[in-house]
Parts: sequence; structure tokens; C-alpha cells
Amino acid sequence: MNIIVISTLILAAIGIVSATVLYYASQKFKVEEDPRVDEVEAALPGANCGGCGFPGCRGFADACVKSDTLEGKLCPVGGGAVMSKIATILGLEVVEENPKVAVVRCGGSCENRSRTNVYDGAKSCAIATSLYAGETGCSYGCLGLGDCVEACTFGALSINSQTMLPEVNEEKCTACGACVKACPKNVIELRKKGPKSRRIYVSCINKDKGGITRKACSVGCIGCLKCQKVCAFDAIIVENNIAYIDYTKCRLCRKCVDECPTNAIVALNFPIRKVATETTNIEHLNS
Amino acid sequence: MEMKTFKIGGIHPADNKFSANVAIETLRQLPSRVVIPLSQHIGAPATPIVGKGDKVKVGTLIAKSSGFVSANIHSSVSGTVVKIDNFEDAFGVRKPAIEIEVEGDEWEETIDKNAKIDRTFNLSSEEIIEKITEAGIVGMGGATFPTQVKLMPPAGKKADTLIINAVECEPYLTSDHRLMLEKGKEIMIGIQLLMKATKVNRVIIGIESNKPDAIELMTTLSSRTMSVEVCPLKLKYPQGSEKQLIVATTGRELPSGQLPIDVGVIVQNVGTAYAVFEAIVKNKPLVERVVTVTGKSLKQTKNLLVRVGTPMQFVLDSVGGLPIDTGKVVAGGPMMGKAVSNLNAPVTKGTSGILVMNNKESKREEMENCIRCGKCVEVCCMGLQPYLMMKLAEKAMWKEAEEEAIYDCLECGSCSYICPSHRPLLDYVRFGKSKVMQIRRERNLKE
Repeated sequence: MNIIVISTLILAAIGIVSATVLYYASQKFKVEEDPRVDEVEAALPGANCGGCGFPGCRGFADACVKSDTLEGKLCPVGGGAVMSKIATILGLEVVEENPKVAVVRCGGSCENRSRTNVYDGAKSCAIATSLYAGETGCSYGCLGLGDCVEACTFGALSINSQTMLPEVNEEKCTACGACVKACPKNVIELRKKGPKSRRIYVSCINKDKGGITRKACSVGCIGCLKCQKVCAFDAIIVENNIAYIDYTKCRLCRKCVDECPTNAIVALNFPIRKVATETTNIEHLNS
Repeated sequence: MEMKTFKIGGIHPADNKFSANVAIETLRQLPSRVVIPLSQHIGAPATPIVGKGDKVKVGTLIAKSSGFVSANIHSSVSGTVVKIDNFEDAFGVRKPAIEIEVEGDEWEETIDKNAKIDRTFNLSSEEIIEKITEAGIVGMGGATFPTQVKLMPPAGKKADTLIINAVECEPYLTSDHRLMLEKGKEIMIGIQLLMKATKVNRVIIGIESNKPDAIELMTTLSSRTMSVEVCPLKLKYPQGSEKQLIVATTGRELPSGQLPIDVGVIVQNVGTAYAVFEAIVKNKPLVERVVTVTGKSLKQTKNLLVRVGTPMQFVLDSVGGLPIDTGKVVAGGPMMGKAVSNLNAPVTKGTSGILVMNNKESKREEMENCIRCGKCVEVCCMGLQPYLMMKLAEKAMWKEAEEEAIYDCLECGSCSYICPSHRPLLDYVRFGKSKVMQIRRERNLKE
């Protein structure tokens, strides 16, 4: 009986002494932190994806609190809603950032781009790239080994088993940019999501001359300049045999889409026009 | 007698040297067009000095070396330059090359096509190196490092031994073996020229024991000169790797990150020695090389003397074309060679063999989990841990990979060969190595 009493008393005494020491230590070495950091962090989605460019959500919260403006800061996961919440907490003005989404700029499906050889090495785009040009005649396009799928922490990417190309789930994509970094061929780009998710882009990055591109792939950009001529807003630049649509200038008129002889320009999420026009394969598969 | 070999690791793949008894044959028929790449060597690509429409002969200089580590390139055929453009290489990558339409077979007058060997040459070390540079000679073992660079050690470093690499440890390949048997005398002269160029008076010729006829012949030929010694080596892959060969023949260990010259050694391939002979005695630049065309399913295996720039498809056609069950065509040997994705690509200065693998041979087994058996560690001739480096490369842990000395890997492929789980160890390690090397280069630039 005595032993139980003594041990209880000793433990209690140790507890009290430790508590006192810890209390004074916490008072003395207290780190003053802006309480708003916690508030901002609570408002963030907590995915810690690093898509904002800061180390995790707390890093981003800290940066928001410390700076005077929210310009250039965007939580790609939470988007405008979260940013306006943060703005209210900090009493700052919301700077409207256009939401973005990842797009795969390659239409080289098995149908469009015939295989010339078979790769049986390690299942990694990065390794395949370091070894050779790829399974098709196009040395620029998607390899379909799924480094981007691996990199995506939101499950927004998947390889379509028919086309063997990655597809972006727009609902899930947060434009964190992990896939852009992971792709050794630089096929993926972050583009403005556009009104009602409508956007137009060149689904090809092949810099070879037209003839070579055409031989390798039926939907490759051959750098024919037709789209550049037809564009009324100077949004299209053709450089190194490849067209690029500047999404800040593009007004989504779709003239270039109609003009493109190889259907390399893709229009996404547009309603089907009354006049029956040929739609590209990619448009079908992605919408 | 206990034969010499390197100390750690190594494997014993089946050597499959089917063409060892087939004499070297010149590929007399020429293709209608050849494509001569401007970058057939390690270092800066050569700069073209001919234009479209220019007439060239065999041996005409068509592209000039463009830096310290670079090499001259000569036309291997006579004809007209059609195009200077990017052409797909063996791996589908577009690289600058010169396309020449073949017309007849006219050689430059300066080249001595006589088989008689004229031994009266009196050149200084500098003159020999200059002629080697002019002839565009590169390491013929497959690494294609410009030869003249190796012959000019940096100030303060001196070589005392010249090692002639006649190991040919890659299975299937027999080009060096045949060259020794048929051009032994010429090779000996080449070696003497290399000795003179490097001012070295001790030569070791390393030959693996599976070539007893070559060992015998080279021993007889070298018995006249005291300084040349033939060193038979125990059969083990990768004996022909520079570091392994140095340890095996001289006992000198090459520390990480150092070059052979740091331990007083210069290593040259036996094929290079022959090319040196041709360049100096025959005045003939490097425009053709012996290529072993081999494979289990091929009707006939051959050692062909092929002009640089000849499409691989053309070479294969000359031995009866590709068999139906072809799985892969490999440029080089089965261990270190790379699978070719474009057969229209040309034979280059470094193509030691064209290996046709059948479906069964070339098929990769399904990868399974690592069972930690340690076989890869056992066979690694650099004392590395391939299973660990693969994991680190997979997880992009470059700092840790560097600590594991991933840069020491010589990509011999022994680990992938031995792995019972068929893990693509080399694929990942090679990728990791290139990443780590890139990080190191960037860091060095910053400092």
C-alpha cells in the first residue's frame, strides 16, 4: 500500500516540477507569430502541393501575411474563392488571377501517329527520353509512359488506353504545375482555363519541317502559317515550324481551327455548331 | 599459370563469338548514297567545309575538327555532296550530317592503296600526333574519344605505360580479334608509332584468354621488341573497360574521378593502333572500319570492312537481310550496345558491331520486386550498390545518389544481367548518373 502512495506522490511531484519548468520556458522563449498566419492557413485547402511556389500551405500563408499585396499570389487549388477569403482575413484587395489548367499539347494517338519501333525499357518517360527519340517518327511528342500521371497528386491525369495519351480531368486539375515539370518532352503547358472552360490551343510541339512532321503524324503542326494569316488578333506566332496561340490575345473565334489543314488546333468545350463541321479526334476524346 | 584479371565484380556471359573464324571481308558493293554524321566522336561536332554540289573523293576532308576535343571527318566515298542537313541517327534523333551521292570509287591520290608495308618513316612525336589529328582518328573500341587528345597529356603529367586494349570482352564481337589475326604486323607498327608519339617505352597488350590464336600471334610478333609485352587475361566481363584493364595488367588502381594518365597510363584500342598505322604509313584517313555483323538467327555472320556512312540496312542486306524472328538490332555488343530504332542510320566510326537479336533473346522479362539478394552488389566492378542507386534514381534523390558515387558507374550492365528479378537497374542508374553529372557541372560552374 505504502509503495503505491509513495510512487504516486513522486510521479505527481515530477509532474508539477516539469510543468513549472515548461511553463517558464514557454514564456521565456516564446516566438511571436502573427495570429493571422494560422487563420490564413485554416482557410487554405491544406494539400501542401507547392503549386503556389511556396513550401506548403503554411509557407504560402506566411508569405501572404508578410506581404502588403496579394498580387502574384494564387492558391491554384482553392482558386478565387480561397483568395478572396484570405483577402478578407488580411484586409487586402483581391487581385484577380486567371485560373489555369494543364493541357497536353500532343494529338499523336496510336491512330494518328504510327509506331515505328517498340520500347521495352524502364517505364519512365525521363529514361526513355535519355535513350532515344521514341516509339514513333515524331521525336517531340508524348511518349505515353505516364511520368505526368505519377507526378499528379490530385489524380487529375490518366493515360487513355485507346490513344495512349494522358488526359486532364479539368475538375480535378489545380494547375499546380507538377506535370509540367515532370514531362521531359515539355508537352504539357498551363493555359488559361477560359470562359466556360473554352479554350483553343495547338496540340502539337513538333519543330521538324512540315514534310517530316506530316510523315510521322497525321495531326501534327506543319508550320504552314495558315492560322497565323487568318487570325485577326495577332494571337498566333509560328516559329521553328510550330504554331503557338497566345492565350492572352486569343478571342476564341475558332477561325484558325477551321483553317488548320491537319486539325492540329484543338477547340475544347465549345458547343457543337449547327453547321456540321469535322471535329478532331482529340476534341471528341477530351470533351 | 594464374592469369591476371581485375579484382572486384564481373560476370561471365556466354561469349557467342560465332564470327571468330570468319576472315574480314571488304563490303565491295557501295550504297547509292551515304550519310556521314558530323558528330561521330565525343566532343564538339565537326564543322562542314564542303557545300552542296561539291565533288569529293574517298579521303577528302569534308568537315573540320571544331575544338580541342573534336575530330576531322573525311568522305568515305567518291561522288557529289547532295545535302547538309539534320538526319535521323540510329536512335531517331536528328543530328547534322553530310549526304553524298556515290559516283564510282575514286580515292585521293595521296592514299597508298598498296598492301606492301614501307617501314621507312622518320617522324617526330609531334608530327605523328599531327597526322593522327588530321586523319580524324577516334577510339575504335566504341567510346570514340578523339585519339590525339589522349596522346597529349596535360602539363606535368607523364605516362610510362601504353596499354593496348585487345580484350574485346563484349560477347558476339570479333572485329578486333580478326584484325589482330590478319593485320598483326600493321598493328605492331601502329603500336610503335603510338609509343613514339607518347614517348612511352613500355607497352602491354591485354588480350582475353578466349583468343589463344591472337595471343600466340601477337607474342611472336612482339618478341622482336623488348618493350612490348602480351598479357593474357582471364575471361571476365567487363575486362575491356579502361579502369578494369589498367588494374588487371598493371595492378594500378584508378581512384574515382581520375584519368588513366593520373596513374601514368595511356590506353588505346587495338583497332585504333591499326588506324594509326593506316594514317601514317598509308596516309589514309579513318573512312572505314571493321564491323562484326552477327546474331543467332542470321544465316551467316561476318566481319565486314564497311565505309563510314553506309546505312545499317545496307550492311544487313549484304548478309542476307533481317531474319523474320528479329526482335532487336543493336549497335555495338549486347552488353553496352544500344538498340537501334532507325536502320537507315549510318555506320559510324564507333560502330564495332551490328548485332541482330531474335525475339526470344531480346525479350525483357517482367520486372519483379527486389529480393535483396545482393547479386548486383557482388558483380559491380566499381564496388557500387546498384539496387540502392536504382531506388534513389526512381525517387529523384540526387544528393543521396551522389553520396553513393553513382557517377563512378561505367554502365557495363552487369547488374541488369545478373538480377534474378529482372529489374532494369542499369536504365535507372544511367539516368541517375546523367542527372547527378548535370547537377555537378552546374555546381562547378557556379563556383
